[in-house]
Amino acid sequence: MQAVQQKAPPMAQTQTMNIIQAVNDALKIQMRKDPRVLVMGEDVGKFGGVFRATQGLYQEFGPNRAIDTPLSEGGIIGTAIGMAIYGLRPVAEIQFADYIFPAFDQLVNEAAKYRYRSGGQYPCPLIVRTPYGGGIRGGHYHSQSPEAYFIHTPGLKVVCPATPYDAKGLLLAAMRQDDPVIFFEPKRMYRAAKGEVPTGDYEVPLEQAKVTREGKHVTLIAWGAMWHTVSEFAETLAKDGISAEVLDLRTLWPVDLTTILKSVEKTGRAVIVHEAPRTCGFGAELSALIHERAMLKLEAPVQRVTGFDTPFPYSLEHDYMPSVSRMRAAVDRTLNY
Amino acid sequence: MASKARKATPKTAASVAKNAAVATERDRTPLCLVNPDGSVVKGAKLPVIPDADLKRLFEVMLQNREIDERMLTVQRQGRIGFYMQSRGEEGSILGAAYATTKADWLFLCYRELASLLWRGMTLQTFANQLFGNRQDLVKGRQMPCHYTDRAIGLVSISSPVSTQIPQAAGVGWAMKLKGEENVSLCFMGEGGTAEGDFHCGMNFAAVYKANVVFVCRNNGWAISTPAEVQSASETFAMKARAYGMPGVLVDGGDIFAMIAATREAVERARKGEGPTLIEARTYRFSAHSSSDDPSVYRDEKADQAKFAHMDPLPRLRNFLKHRELWSQEWEQSVVTKIQDQLATAIKLAETMDLPQTETVFEDVYKELPWHLREEKNEALRHKQKPVHGVVNATSSAKG
Repeated sequence: MQAVQQKAPPMAQTQTMNIIQAVNDALKIQMRKDPRVLVMGEDVGKFGGVFRATQGLYQEFGPNRAIDTPLSEGGIIGTAIGMAIYGLRPVAEIQFADYIFPAFDQLVNEAAKYRYRSGGQYPCPLIVRTPYGGGIRGGHYHSQSPEAYFIHTPGLKVVCPATPYDAKGLLLAAMRQDDPVIFFEPKRMYRAAKGEVPTGDYEVPLEQAKVTREGKHVTLIAWGAMWHTVSEFAETLAKDGISAEVLDLRTLWPVDLTTILKSVEKTGRAVIVHEAPRTCGFGAELSALIHERAMLKLEAPVQRVTGFDTPFPYSLEHDYMPSVSRMRAAVDRTLNY
Repeated sequence: MASKARKATPKTAASVAKNAAVATERDRTPLCLVNPDGSVVKGAKLPVIPDADLKRLFEVMLQNREIDERMLTVQRQGRIGFYMQSRGEEGSILGAAYATTKADWLFLCYRELASLLWRGMTLQTFANQLFGNRQDLVKGRQMPCHYTDRAIGLVSISSPVSTQIPQAAGVGWAMKLKGEENVSLCFMGEGGTAEGDFHCGMNFAAVYKANVVFVCRNNGWAISTPAEVQSASETFAMKARAYGMPGVLVDGGDIFAMIAATREAVERARKGEGPTLIEARTYRFSAHSSSDDPSVYRDEKADQAKFAHMDPLPRLRNFLKHRELWSQEWEQSVVTKIQDQLATAIKLAETMDLPQTETVFEDVYKELPWHLREEKNEALRHKQKPVHGVVNATSSAKG
C-alpha cells in the first residue's frame, strides 16, 4: 500500500510517522498534559502492546498509568467505566476488535447509557482503542470490522482514522471530550500508511468527514483501511476518464452528513465501500440517508461494495475483501444506470 | 517414570478436589453477635455504636418497611409501573451502609433502599423517581427503583445483573490510584455471582488491591431460582479465597455482625490492603418484585415461619428493649410520621408533570448531535398521550 502524504498545518514541525507512531504520540502528549489519563489493557504496559502502540508509556509514566491487566475484556471495560465515572480518563485497549464482545454488555448497556440513565449525573468519558479489519491473514478472529454494532448504540461515538495525521489528531480530540468513544484503528495500515505528522499538539475535530480527492462523476465513500484502497482505485478511474470524488468519513458516528450530501449532490452518484458484512452494515445506513435526502439529485441508486455476509475467511480473504474489480463494477453500475 | 506419575495423579487429584469442595466449620458458621431474642452472644464483642445511632437505624428499618408496604399498594393500584421490596434484608443493607460515609461510593443491585434512606435520600427524591416525573433526578428514564443520587454517593443503578461489580472495582481502583482513602461499597445478590462480571470484578479488585467492599446479599432466591442452583460452593463467601481476598459469612439478620464485618473490611480497604467479600445470609421474605408470585415456587406460609428468626427488625427491637431504648409509643410515632411524610411525597410526585418531551434527547451525548436534533423536532411535532396508566396530573403533551 502506498504512503499517502497529507498536508500538515503551515509552520508546524513535522516528522514522518506511521499510524502506530501517531497513536503512540497522541497518547504521550495527552498523558503528559493530563494526569488523569491512563492506558490499560492486555500487554499494553511493559511490552508496549502487541502492535507497540503503547510503547514507552510504561517506562515514562509507570505501572499505574500504563497498566497491564488480566486477560479479560469485560473486566477491562467494566473497571475502565468505573475509573471514567470517578473522574479519571482511561484509554482502554482491546487487543483485536474481534475480542470486544465479552465487553459488549459493558459498552452497550453501561458506558453508552451512563450519562443518560443517571440524568446527566455521571458522564463516562471512556476511550476504547481497538485494531480492526482484514487483509493480514488473521482468519475469523483477527479480521472483523464490528463498527455497525456500536454505531447502532445511542450514546457511543465511533471514530476510525485512515491516516497517521488523522489518527493522532482524532485521538487527541477524542481524549478531550466527555462522551465514550470506540476508536477503531486500521491494523492493516498500522505500518503501511506513512505521512508527515506535526510533532506537537493538534486536534482533528470529531464528526467531520474529509474530501480527500475532488471529482465530478461519482463519490466514493470509505473510512479506515478501505479509504487507502479506494484512493488508489480513484487514480485508476482517472486514467479511464472517470473523475471520482473520495470521502474519508473519519468519524463514523455521529456522521458528517453535510459533507456527504454536498458531494453526492454534486456528482449524482455514490459508491460506499466497507469491509464489514453488507447486511445492516454502516453502508446500509449511509445509503438510506443519501436516498432519503438526495433522491432527486441522484443519477443512479447508491451502490455498496462490502465484505460478504459470511464469517471472515482465512485462505480466501482476497475474495472476501472489497476488491478493485468489484468497486469498478459498482462504479460502472452507477454510470450506466 | 512417566507412566507411574500418570497413574498416581488421578487419585491425588480426586482427593484434593474432594477436600477443596468442603467448607470448614469456620466457613459454614455465620458471624453472629446478637441472638434473635436480642441477647448478646456469649463472649461476643459488640461494635461501638452510639445509642442515638442505634435508634436511628431502627427508625430507618421501620421506615423502609412502611415505605415498601405502601409503595406495593400504590403499584397494585396501577399508579406506578413496578416496585421492589426488601423485607428481611434491611438489617444487612443498613449495617453495611452504616460502616461507610457519603464520600464512599455506593453501587447497588436494586434492593437496597435502606442504604439510601440512611444516607439521607429524601422521600421526595424517592417518590419522584418511582413516578418518573419532571423532578425525577434521572428525568423519568428508568423503571422504578433504579435511583441515582450523586449527592449521597449513589451511582446509577442498572437492571443487567452484576454489571456494577467490575465498575465498583474500577472506582475503588481509581480511589487507590488517586491516593484516596475512600472506598466503594458494592452490593450484589447471590444470583449475581453466577455472572461473568462477578468474576471480572472480584479478580480485578483483588489483583490491584482496589478500595472495595463487596456485599453479597444471599437471600436464598433469584426470582424463583434457589441459591443452590447458582453455585455448588457451600457458601458464597468462600469464593473470595480463590480470588485472594478475605471472605466473611455473616448472619444478615444481625445488624451488629454486619456493622462489625463491614467496618473491618472498610478499614482494610482504606489502608490500601484490598477488597473483601461479605456474604450476608438473609431470607427474602417479600416477592422478588411486584411482578413476582412466590407461591408458585415456594411454601410461603411454612417458609415465613421457618425463617422468622432471620428478620433483622424484631432482633434489633429486642436488643433495644434490653437496653431500654425502645417503647411502643416511640415505634408507633415513627410509623405514623413516615406514613404522613410518605403520603405528602406521593401526592406531590404523582401530581407533578412528566418530563418534557425534549428531555428524551438530552444526555445521550454531552451535546445534541444533528440526528438527535432532527429526531427531537419530529417527537415535538407528534407529541403523544401516555400509553400506560400514568396518572400524573398532566401529560407531556400538555407540558
